[in-house]
Amino acid sequence: MAETGAVDFQSNVVRALADRQLRGNLKKAMGSLSLKRKAVFSDPEEFEHLRRVGNAIRRRSLSKLPVLLEQLEKNCTANGIQVHWAETTADANQIFLDIIKGHDASRVIKGKSMVSEEMHLNHFLEDHSIEALETDLGEYIIQLDHETPSHIIVPAIHKNKDQIAHLFHEKIPNTPYTEVVEELNAIARKTLRQKFFAGEIGVSGVNFAVAETGTLCLVENEGNGRMCTTVPPVHIAVMGLEKVVEHLSDVPPLLRLLTGSATGQVITTYFNMITSPRKAGEKDGPKEVHLVILDNGRSKILADPQLRETLQCIRCGACLNHCPVYTRLGGHAYGYVYPGPIGSILTPQMEGLHKAGAMASASSLCGACEEVCPVKIPFTSLLRILRDESYAEGDSPHDVDGHGYKRHFTESLAWKGWAVMNTNPTLNHLSTKMLGMVGAFLPKAGPLKHWTQVRTTPKFAKQSLHALAKARGLDDE
Amino acid sequence: MPNRPDKVYFFGTCLIDMCYPQAGLAGIELLEREGIKVIFPQAQSCCGQPAHNSGFPAEAKAVARQQLKSFKQDYPIVVPSGSCAGMLKHHYPAMFAGEPEADEVRRFSSRVLELSEFLVRVLDVKLRDRGQPIKVTWHSSCHATREMGVIGDSKALLKQLDNVELVELQSERECCGFGGTFSIKQPAISAAMVSDKITDIQQTGATRVLSGDCGCLLNIGGALEYQKIPITTQHIAEFILERING
Ligand code: SF4
Repeated sequence: MAETGAVDFQSNVVRALADRQLRGNLKKAMGSLSLKRKAVFSDPEEFEHLRRVGNAIRRRSLSKLPVLLEQLEKNCTANGIQVHWAETTADANQIFLDIIKGHDASRVIKGKSMVSEEMHLNHFLEDHSIEALETDLGEYIIQLDHETPSHIIVPAIHKNKDQIAHLFHEKIPNTPYTEVVEELNAIARKTLRQKFFAGEIGVSGVNFAVAETGTLCLVENEGNGRMCTTVPPVHIAVMGLEKVVEHLSDVPPLLRLLTGSATGQVITTYFNMITSPRKAGEKDGPKEVHLVILDNGRSKILADPQLRETLQCIRCGACLNHCPVYTRLGGHAYGYVYPGPIGSILTPQMEGLHKAGAMASASSLCGACEEVCPVKIPFTSLLRILRDESYAEGDSPHDVDGHGYKRHFTESLAWKGWAVMNTNPTLNHLSTKMLGMVGAFLPKAGPLKHWTQVRTTPKFAKQSLHALAKARGLDDE
Repeated sequence: MPNRPDKVYFFGTCLIDMCYPQAGLAGIELLEREGIKVIFPQAQSCCGQPAHNSGFPAEAKAVARQQLKSFKQDYPIVVPSGSCAGMLKHHYPAMFAGEPEADEVRRFSSRVLELSEFLVRVLDVKLRDRGQPIKVTWHSSCHATREMGVIGDSKALLKQLDNVELVELQSERECCGFGGTFSIKQPAISAAMVSDKITDIQQTGATRVLSGDCGCLLNIGGALEYQKIPITTQHIAEFILERING
């Protein structure tokens, strides 16, 4: 897994593609998610307008991020929220541990948070004998099966109902086998209810943090987020440092884009705005609220004027649902926390190209992600930059870790040769002519070996279009 | 409707040059039938996209410069491929932004039109179908769809053909898995994509798959042939010419 840096993407791909059950589960789930999304954004003009607004908000936020983060800290602090800065995931874990230990606590209940996945927080806490229980239904399911999320919004999307039914029956004591969705929901709810009241620390993610008011916004559908942030005496929220927006008025358009893109909802069942711990005289809410702000490579991404657009993401998952690669592989094959198109641009920058560079090659650059992304991230341009960086020789305007890791004499030479052929008309004509003569007899080696595994050898024409155009007497100006 | 030019440049694309010259020739003929004089610069080669997408920007630029040199006059540049047209029209300006050639490149790019787009939007062609009834299906290439936005034009041409029944694919807008070097850098994923595309094609009952991009046709056609499925592939220009010639 990610920690060892030894993700074998190619073997993961082969394994994932061979898993018929997985392909079937994904196809069904993705089909329904994209249909729902399409229904809420049925007016293309309105959607395009909203996307432009969303894009502008995110760009503006990123362009003044340092100032906004200071403002956020100041306003949160004034509201009674304690702010902690973490440069690395190890720092963030330590902050969590210190807070939890400071309360002599050992039971943590968690709402869904991808940043906590990035930190591998559950493992870390387990190693310190602290129980961390996931309370989002999907997260709960995969935690029961000792898995990681395979999707950033629908973490158990790789599992179907039958698999969940078996899992509940086997892992939750005294649970009769049932495949009825309502009954499965009821089982999870009943089991989790008891845990909510025993939780000593509540953990949540943050969807948007509003700088001007010091407000943490949390979007969810199950109410578990509200429980985690109000029932235990201590609430720790954790966010990546890019999650800040400037104004309260920036939230509604982003919220609309997020819920529509993620689940095809106009609005989610719950939308929490957390601005302070319980105040004197109030009857509920945590007594302490902490906000942990994690960098983990984000400020380096922010420093690059082009790659910075990666940080516009609001984690809606739409790019995953529409990606022809993700929908065939599922999330686990990528080997890192963030899969799919967003993972393919974010992970190589966070982990380094030498570790995660293969993700940037796992795209046909079809642009389906670009078409749906609610904040208009230019995926294909960013993927190209990462590919350029993979081969770059030092004079690159970018500075991604693992820069040049793929530089390889033969491949570079082949491209140099290709450029010579395509800039010299005489050589170009000659090479096309040769291909026409010998193409059919080419050995199935090198690139052709991969191509011909599922396709016949391309048929090279005896006469090129150049030759035919000349024979036809077309002007050559 | 933009003004009808007397002369156009034809950018044949490297793949058509090597593997599908008949598709290129058909495109040229469709233009000539409308009384347009077609100029084919012999110094042209490839748009540069293979290197541009594979991490070799310097090589891509060198090849791009060769095209800038080859299409100097102020004529429209007609391209029988949505993908290569997208490269010339949308990627060149970005590649040369801030460089001395930037203005020249912008002018070059503004002259680029995809073939269907040119036939419909500039020439407003009228087609008469003389062929036997046939059931076909259509694959929208990613870049014709998302970069050039010309699928409506291609389909408008097919709809003019009375004896042609067009059965649409469920996955019409989904990538076939070609992606240029993607198909050899990620062969397993590419193979899974093309085999799903083929299953969808078979469900239509069509005997021919059409597209405006030879990259997709090379991929889909090669896979159909490999699986010995008797469905043929054809570039839209060649198909139209065949229909109107009867
Ligand atoms: S990159 Fe865009 S589409 Fe993908 S998760 Fe982020 S906001 Fe959503």
